[in-house]
Amino acid sequence: MDLTTLVELAYLLSAVLFVVGLKRMQSPATARQGNGLAALAMLIAIVATLVDNEIASWTAILIGIAVGGLAGGVAARTVKMTAMPEMVGLFNGFGGAASALVAAAEYTRLQHMGAVPEVGVGVTIALSMLIGAVTFSGSMVAFGKLNGRITGNPVTFPLQKTFNALLFLAIMGLGIALSGSFTAGGLGLMSLFLVFTGLSLLLGVLLVIPIGGADMPVVISLLNSYSGMAASAAGFIIGNMVLIISGALVGSAGLILTMIMCKAMNRSLANVAFGAFGGETGKAAVTAGKKNARSVDAEGAATLLAYAGNVIVVPGYGLAVAQAQHELKKVMDMLEEKGVQVRYAIHPVAGRMPGHMNVLLAEADVPYDQLFDLDEINDDFARTDVVVVVGANDVVNPEARNPDSIIAGMPILDVDKARTVIVVKRSLSPGFAGIDNPLFYMENTLMFFADAKKAMSDLSKELREA
Amino acid sequence: MGEMLIGLYVFVLATLAGREVISKVPPTLHTPLMSGANAISGIAIIGALVISAQAETLLVEVLGGVGIAMATINVVGGFMVTDRMLQMFKKR
Repeated sequence: MDLTTLVELAYLLSAVLFVVGLKRMQSPATARQGNGLAALAMLIAIVATLVDNEIASWTAILIGIAVGGLAGGVAARTVKMTAMPEMVGLFNGFGGAASALVAAAEYTRLQHMGAVPEVGVGVTIALSMLIGAVTFSGSMVAFGKLNGRITGNPVTFPLQKTFNALLFLAIMGLGIALSGSFTAGGLGLMSLFLVFTGLSLLLGVLLVIPIGGADMPVVISLLNSYSGMAASAAGFIIGNMVLIISGALVGSAGLILTMIMCKAMNRSLANVAFGAFGGETGKAAVTAGKKNARSVDAEGAATLLAYAGNVIVVPGYGLAVAQAQHELKKVMDMLEEKGVQVRYAIHPVAGRMPGHMNVLLAEADVPYDQLFDLDEINDDFARTDVVVVVGANDVVNPEARNPDSIIAGMPILDVDKARTVIVVKRSLSPGFAGIDNPLFYMENTLMFFADAKKAMSDLSKELREA
Repeated sequence: MGEMLIGLYVFVLATLAGREVISKVPPTLHTPLMSGANAISGIAIIGALVISAQAETLLVEVLGGVGIAMATINVVGGFMVTDRMLQMFKKR
């Protein structure tokens, strides 16, 4: 067997291991092993590539791997779990940039050689550049929005959609010119390519700035998908199947998560992309004050919880902002010692990215078999003694069942069906959707007005004394 | 059948396989899935390696090298942070 065949078989093994690795992600018990298999697949592909190619110079390769490895390693060890969305956003951008750089390098190489490749190659270079550049600049804006360096509010200007459409058409035109005009000689093509790159970067920025902070889970899922497709496009450039396959796998993953997020927010992808809805606050009339909300203190809440048979906790992003996961877990441990059944109900948009709340609770040592998603637990609320809502609002708003509401049809956790609901919240103010929450004024609801962290530490103090 | 067309076949089938495998990942693991996907999209490193290996000009070498660095950040950072998260998921 010659070397080329061996290398191809190594690539095949790598592709298989990527699929098997992702398959192991289907259960928390095997997921860590799955991640290890995917890492092994990556190592095999890299070694095969280095063996397969005659390396003229190791300088760029070694410096690139050393710098990237160090930066990636440090980031992975130091990032806070609350900051995972920023990190994923940033990494999406790097993936896109790497593919765009492959396209740029290949284009530069062809120009230097004065080669006349077939049109197909030109198309793949243009496509890889476009997707890679849009992913990169879009991800940088998403990263800025997530860490607060760029306003979370939608940034809009007149005729934005028309401008974006024209920009897209211009990019298409340039792309076609680039792909077809290799035969036209080298004159000005490099500058044409630079303009193409610049416009693609601009498109990425313009696609993300009108999207509000609340919609970021959708955006980073979509950019995740793009980063995979960019890698696939780079695979077409160098004619490498393992690149095409793994890029396609990432593209699928991102697209599935995008659809799940859209469904959880009851929005279509088009609505997220063009609606400029998220982050809009206080637009709808807030009718607080007319009705009375009943409040409860730590002592009363502790008594209710201690004598309950079963309790469901509904954590929202406010819990993570207050860094109260550990205190919450302490309270629930004490309840379990008293023989109370404790479960957690996690809404798909409870964090700032898909599955974020689960990671935050896992970090606080909450076992994953206590975490239930919406479909699994929603029917159980009617048979629950006490529900504790901490830092969540829109995802438990019964207004979603009212067909006239702006959040009509959004899937919610049916906490209002429980015997007693304790809402830990600082005030009666509305959430992201900007509408009042009738749950706060219901007969079975008790408002526990406090910061989540303070509320939880007060509760554990009361429970200790009880 | 041209190489392009074979690539397209592979792309479409891999997308479908990905959909089958990934749609069964539970919501609990969606964040690690995403950071793991981040790491896998670092596969672009293969493209950057091939380009760098063949580099004849300094410009191509620099573009390739920066590409390698960015992809390596994804690969190393992505797999490591995913592992860090997954080891926190424990059963009772």
